[in-house]
Amino acid sequence: MLIGTVRVGMLTAVALFALSTGASDPFAPARARMIQAIEDDVRETSEDLGRPQLTSRVMQVMASVPRHLFVPPTLQPYAYENRPLPIGYGQTISQPYIVAIMTDLLGVKSGDVVLEVGTGSGYQAAVLSRLVSRLYSVEIIQPLANQASERLRTLGYHNVTVRQSDGYYGWKEVAPFDAIIVTAAASHIPPPLVQQLKPGGTMMIPVGGPFTTQYLLLVRKTADGRITTRQVLPVAFVPLTRKK
Amino acid sequence: MKPSAANVLAVGILSGAALAYEILLIRLLAIVEWHHLTFLVISLALLGYGASGTLIGLLRERFLKRFAITAASFAALFGVMSIGSFLVSQRIEFNSLEIIWSTRELGKLFLFYLLFAVPFFCAATAIGLTLTRFGEQSPRIYRADLIGAGCSAALVTALLFLVHPVTALQIIGCAGFVAAALFLSRHAMAILLGGTLLVVAARSLLLPIRVSQFKELSQALRIPGAHIVQERSSPLALLSVVESPAVPFRFAPGLSLSYAGELPQQVGIFSDASGLTVLLPPGEGGRGPDEGRPPPGVGYLDFVPSAAPYHLRRSFANVAIVGAGGGAEVLSALTHGASRVTAVELNPQMIDLAGAVYREPRVRTMNAEARAFIRNSNERFDLIQIALVDSFGASAAGVQALSESYLYTVESIAEMLRHLQPGGYLVITRWMQVPPRDVVKLLATSVVALEKLNLRPARSIALVRTWNTATLIVKRGDIDPNEVATLRQFCDERSFDLDFAPGIGREETNRYNILDEPLLFDLASALVVGGRTREALFDQYKFFIRPATDDRPYFFHFFKWRVLPELLRLRGRSGMPLVEWGYVILIAAIVQAFIAAIAFLLLPLVFLRRARKRTIVYFGSIGLGFLFLEIAFIQRLTLFLGHPLYAAAVVLSSFLLFAGIGSGIVDRVPRIRIAPILVAVVALVELPLVHALLYFLLGLPQAAKVPISIAAIAPLALLMGMPFPSALKRLAKREPEQVPWAWGINGTASVLSSMFATLIAVHFGFSAVVGVAALLYVVAALSTPDA
Repeated sequence: MLIGTVRVGMLTAVALFALSTGASDPFAPARARMIQAIEDDVRETSEDLGRPQLTSRVMQVMASVPRHLFVPPTLQPYAYENRPLPIGYGQTISQPYIVAIMTDLLGVKSGDVVLEVGTGSGYQAAVLSRLVSRLYSVEIIQPLANQASERLRTLGYHNVTVRQSDGYYGWKEVAPFDAIIVTAAASHIPPPLVQQLKPGGTMMIPVGGPFTTQYLLLVRKTADGRITTRQVLPVAFVPLTRKK
Repeated sequence: MKPSAANVLAVGILSGAALAYEILLIRLLAIVEWHHLTFLVISLALLGYGASGTLIGLLRERFLKRFAITAASFAALFGVMSIGSFLVSQRIEFNSLEIIWSTRELGKLFLFYLLFAVPFFCAATAIGLTLTRFGEQSPRIYRADLIGAGCSAALVTALLFLVHPVTALQIIGCAGFVAAALFLSRHAMAILLGGTLLVVAARSLLLPIRVSQFKELSQALRIPGAHIVQERSSPLALLSVVESPAVPFRFAPGLSLSYAGELPQQVGIFSDASGLTVLLPPGEGGRGPDEGRPPPGVGYLDFVPSAAPYHLRRSFANVAIVGAGGGAEVLSALTHGASRVTAVELNPQMIDLAGAVYREPRVRTMNAEARAFIRNSNERFDLIQIALVDSFGASAAGVQALSESYLYTVESIAEMLRHLQPGGYLVITRWMQVPPRDVVKLLATSVVALEKLNLRPARSIALVRTWNTATLIVKRGDIDPNEVATLRQFCDERSFDLDFAPGIGREETNRYNILDEPLLFDLASALVVGGRTREALFDQYKFFIRPATDDRPYFFHFFKWRVLPELLRLRGRSGMPLVEWGYVILIAAIVQAFIAAIAFLLLPLVFLRRARKRTIVYFGSIGLGFLFLEIAFIQRLTLFLGHPLYAAAVVLSSFLLFAGIGSGIVDRVPRIRIAPILVAVVALVELPLVHALLYFLLGLPQAAKVPISIAAIAPLALLMGMPFPSALKRLAKREPEQVPWAWGINGTASVLSSMFATLIAVHFGFSAVVGVAALLYVVAALSTPDA
């Protein structure tokens, strides 16, 4: 575990060095292709997402985060393909398209304080960190929490704090949150998380299996504390053919 | 030349071991991976049977010269590879979930096919070689082959109740060495000793079974402090009881967003490393709600949608919980004041593990399959609850598409409604999919069932929805305005949506858990109207939502070919969950089996011009027909015997045993050539007759049903045992070089057969399967090899 952390740290340090010295980033073309793929998917599903395109800020951040440093070294060649990848411990790093639309639908502002449940590789945290003021992220699996924390620190995502704990209870000490993103599966929405969401806040939960996202659940808390949910299909599909 | 008794016995043992291995492999792969992968792997691995015919056909002379040692080697190799294949597969880092994203995993899948084909290939080669060598005695050998398999089908079911699957694997491995010792009696002691040593030594490598890291059990065990406290194994499932003190299980599907309390301590039970159900804690001092106060934290049971019926009436006198599992719904009925609760659960080990709740004084426990329970009950209930049994994952991925379910058919729902008191409720909870599928089909099924009973669907149905579950309430009678008001209040207090109820307006629905439009209200409204409106909806909806029936019991089948092009286009664009994997995999399995069959069997046949067309047609059609009839019989008797597992064991065993007997008396039957025609006639007459008769006899006790089933199977099975050995015997006399090809073709056809039977049943029902089988036997009769 320790060796793993050290190795991740070294890799990211080397990469950072390469980036900061202005050496050309060998992954830049792949990342550009990934951005293109995301934009294509978004265009296709604009009706389902309720927006013609994602905000340019979200796309800028997606284009800047070095995704290849968030996947196991052997999978780096596939890091920018528009697909989820395994990261060990039975966990995955989400498909870039899903990360992009979740981030966009969450609708965060630069002053927001956000909670993430299920840090995983830390990729989603890295993307969000550039859009908000503070991000708190909890992860139950200790080695993943350590690796992600170390990785985010060396890559300079300093407004992210990762801790190992049970996400069901959120993070009481720093609550309430403007937005919450839950990437760990659950049979229901944990009541403590609902309580830690500010009135007017949004919670996002992707629902599905390890390599498939069936739909995105958007939970909204109105100003008067009422809760509603909305299901967003990440794919353009209407179940009923209407007679013309 | 006559085979020795030892040779015949060896064939029986080997044939039994191969069948047991197939059944065991289904178990093992279901634990390690997922059901759909199991289907894919095994359907191809069985083609090892067909390939054995090709090998013997090509090397016939060489093999026959050294018969004893060749047969013994293949039998021993079966012993080694039955265990070895599984061992190697456990060490391949294969992730079937990634197949949809990358082709890299396909190579490993191919490796799986090859690995598991080897044991079947070895067993079949030893048996096929014996048939080739003693061709004129083929009835005797074929009889041993069938009877061995028949005994094994019953034995392995019993064995899997008694021992861990790994131990069963070791026993099967040993059987291979016993057969080898029988083939080569000179070295019997050495073979047995060496084999046993090998098998015993393998145990430490086999345990513990390595489960895919993405299965629910693996995920749960990765939580700090989580550990398995108990394991129980049976042919139904491997149950693992898991305690997780640091991060407790909190399983409460559909829990209201308005619930602010804690959940009680839960203990998780996983079936085959997935399908979580939870045990709730006993009440104060280990006592249940009857004696002490209700256990702490169970208040949440009033905040899930299945609690809705308990608000419609002050108390229920007689409640049935179908699929009771860990017992949460039973506890809910008790805490809601039911005077008497009947808990119906299929798996006896589940009842054992769940313990306390099933022993409550107000609870009566029934270890039975749901349909059989209802059928045999002469009670009337006030409330029948069908609990949420299968896991969300399975439901979302559509992997159950091709598993038959007699619980959600029109006949079943009608039967349950008939077992309600007038004014009683049938309540069914399912996972909610986006876009909705099974909830819509369930609505359609209930509407048709209500019509059958001359009730008014528009007045008798209500639907409560959360973001991830939907609960359908069907009343035997009209739901009155007071009840609607109560449901309205129940839902409003819990942020649930009342999506349909008599007299409700469209604008009142879809309020809390918002879909793009009030789709479920629209669908339900169209369904209750019936007639042409309903037909149009069945047609326009992009998923197959026409109700399932007992003849076509595929509730989980939602796939429409028409939508395939659209789905394929969306495949790479997060459209995965829309594709129904169970069905796609069946098609994939048929395609790959065809390709493999052509490569390993037809190509050698064509290039070497060694097999006659008649051999191919005759042995191909009886191979296909045999399994068609067997599968149709299992299907008919599953309902009658009330338990899929016992039905399969009884039917498979008696089919094979009687076919074995039929094979043994071939020599004494005059005009044996008309046997295939007789099979066709008897099948066409008997199966519908049996079907009708069995419905009539459904109320009989189980002890009477088994002998009746066997008696129903006997005549047809007896006849079905004849066409293969009688033709093979004639072939052996005139064209002995054709024998191995006949064996291989027959084997290949039976593998393809099980897949085709499913495909036909999904689209046209089981009656069609029987019809096609009869036709195949007629074709066989017309192409009898030396007619």
